[in-house]
Amino acid sequence: MTRTDLSEGKIIMDAFTTHTGRAVPLRRSNVDTDQIIPAVWLKQVSRTGFERGLFAAWREDPSFVLNDPAYAGATILVSGPDFGTGSSREHAVWALQQYGFRVVISSRFGDIFRNNSTKMGLLPVVLPEEVVERLQSAAESDPALEITVDLESRQVRAGDIEVSFEIDDYTRWRLLEGLDDIGLTLRHADAIGEYENGRQPWLPTTV
Amino acid sequence: MGRTLAEKVWEQHVVRRAEGEPDLLYIDLHLIHEVTSPQAFDGLRLSGRTVRRPDLTIATEDHNVPTVLGPISDPVSRAQVETLRKNAAEFGVRLHPMGDAGQGVVHIIGPQFGLTQPGMTIVCGDSHTSTHGAFGGIAFGIGTSEVEHVLATQTLPAYRPKTMAIEVEGELPVGVTAKDLILAIIAKIGTGGGQGHIVEYRGEAIRKLSMEGRMTVCNMSIEAGARAGMIAPDETTFEYLRGRPHAPTGAAWDQAVEYWKSLRTDDDAEFDTVVTIDASTLTPFVTWGTNPGQGAPLGSVVPSPGDFADPVQRSAAERALEYMGLTAGTPLRDIQVDTVFVGSCTNGRLEDLRAAAEIVRGRKVVTRTLVVPGSMQVKKAAEAEGLHEVFKAAGAEWREAGCSMCLGMNPDTLKPGERSASTSNRNFEGRQGKGGRTHLVSPQVAAATAVTGRLTAPADL
Ligand code: SF4
Repeated sequence: MTRTDLSEGKIIMDAFTTHTGRAVPLRRSNVDTDQIIPAVWLKQVSRTGFERGLFAAWREDPSFVLNDPAYAGATILVSGPDFGTGSSREHAVWALQQYGFRVVISSRFGDIFRNNSTKMGLLPVVLPEEVVERLQSAAESDPALEITVDLESRQVRAGDIEVSFEIDDYTRWRLLEGLDDIGLTLRHADAIGEYENGRQPWLPTTV
Repeated sequence: MGRTLAEKVWEQHVVRRAEGEPDLLYIDLHLIHEVTSPQAFDGLRLSGRTVRRPDLTIATEDHNVPTVLGPISDPVSRAQVETLRKNAAEFGVRLHPMGDAGQGVVHIIGPQFGLTQPGMTIVCGDSHTSTHGAFGGIAFGIGTSEVEHVLATQTLPAYRPKTMAIEVEGELPVGVTAKDLILAIIAKIGTGGGQGHIVEYRGEAIRKLSMEGRMTVCNMSIEAGARAGMIAPDETTFEYLRGRPHAPTGAAWDQAVEYWKSLRTDDDAEFDTVVTIDASTLTPFVTWGTNPGQGAPLGSVVPSPGDFADPVQRSAAERALEYMGLTAGTPLRDIQVDTVFVGSCTNGRLEDLRAAAEIVRGRKVVTRTLVVPGSMQVKKAAEAEGLHEVFKAAGAEWREAGCSMCLGMNPDTLKPGERSASTSNRNFEGRQGKGGRTHLVSPQVAAATAVTGRLTAPADL
């Protein structure tokens, strides 16, 4: 994750084109963001250092998959359904990225988590549950297995598995280019001003 | 074809629409708290941007605040609150700090001030922003990148979610609350059931709910995975708003009400998904597991993983029972708790406190019982009615306003292995403190449980 140039429409996150890496199978459903990063870690006011809080409670268990040396350095998380439900904390995305993950694969994501991910350049890939399970099994039987996630062709490839995934064109384009949403929106400042002139007169202000 | 309520509110807020792009949506109100905003303000500073509409933005301190008088002792929490104060001052945002008469949980103060009104778009860096949909607006939680986006532009790019109707037919039986209803709904559709949807709660039982009950229902929409939850405004909504500090007055009020009355789903509109619930069959509902969908009627037993045909649900149940330290087949009424928590943005409003006080009045609690008003105004109103005396006489602790034991971020937490009956919204592993075990309940069940020490409905007393 980089925030190098924040001027209008310039790169603020790593562009994502294609990524090849090893995968961690996380055989759990409903991995809520309280598990991804517990609340005590949310007190920081900086954007860094969250990798230490990633799955903090689960990592205390020596048998937790992230503690298995075979998966050290893996960059793709393959999880059960309903990943990233619950709290809106973007810290969950920062923790995953700072730990080294570039992609999370699941059959269903929490909406806010998925949004947060695409703002930061962490790619959420939705695949059917049975494909997710095949990928998990493949990574379990061979932790050295490399998975390629190709955003350009919208494909996931691993050994004899080759599947397509869906992502809307606009989000894909933003990720491929690594574009700052705010900069893009500010190009339409005139339209925003115009809209504001037509707002209903009784709408409240906080002043 | 007619339009749904969600479609009407959405269309009203589209600033710009272009082929192949998300809509650019105008945001009428942006709520801020100390946890999800510091990095957003940092981003503004780094890029030399300002807050476009500080006059549509309001901040409060809630997640980190201790609920006993005195300063924040944890230096990290204190630094986060101080950062919010500094940012609010620098960017000109109205802030209700600890100790201020307007301070409280972010989703309690918006409606209380009359800032939450029908037909608005409301966002906050907090998933329970769905609460505000109870007034008939579109309100949803966002992450810190989006907080920065709204601060800088007062807009958000977003695709319109699908629409779901949850039709609650019939009437809730006496003793069954809005909380029981929403827990039953989540158990029925699952924690991912509402994913990608804005839910509109409809039907007789919903129309009969008070505004506070409607907020409880909408609050937990996110626990069913929904992007937002909403209820069409009606006389109950208008009555609640009338006279509040930020509600329109005079001719503007009449104009507003006329518009608000148009905010209903047309008879010939179609929803993408429809779910029907018969309210008359419901009973007090509690959770036994580690996600809000793992719930059951209080009169039933802890389920067995084998009861679930779906292998994912089965293994989730297995894991949940292990974490919760429960054995399948145990009557839920036999579960002993160590702590009772009444509060949070789900059930920390005046009606909730009244309901809990009615039950403990003249009785004694046998467990540690925390009663935490959702805001300083709720606290003041409750004290004016003498509710604090009722709680204190029963042996419960009467606290200052804040998120308290809803999440493990302030001094109010469970210890490892401790079990609570909690009126909050999440029973995730460790949500109320590492190793803590949470049963989600209504304020009525919480109060009755405090009296017996076991999960109990008021009718059992
Ligand atoms: S009371 Fe709980 S759910 Fe509500 S804002 Fe606070 S921490 Fe979040």
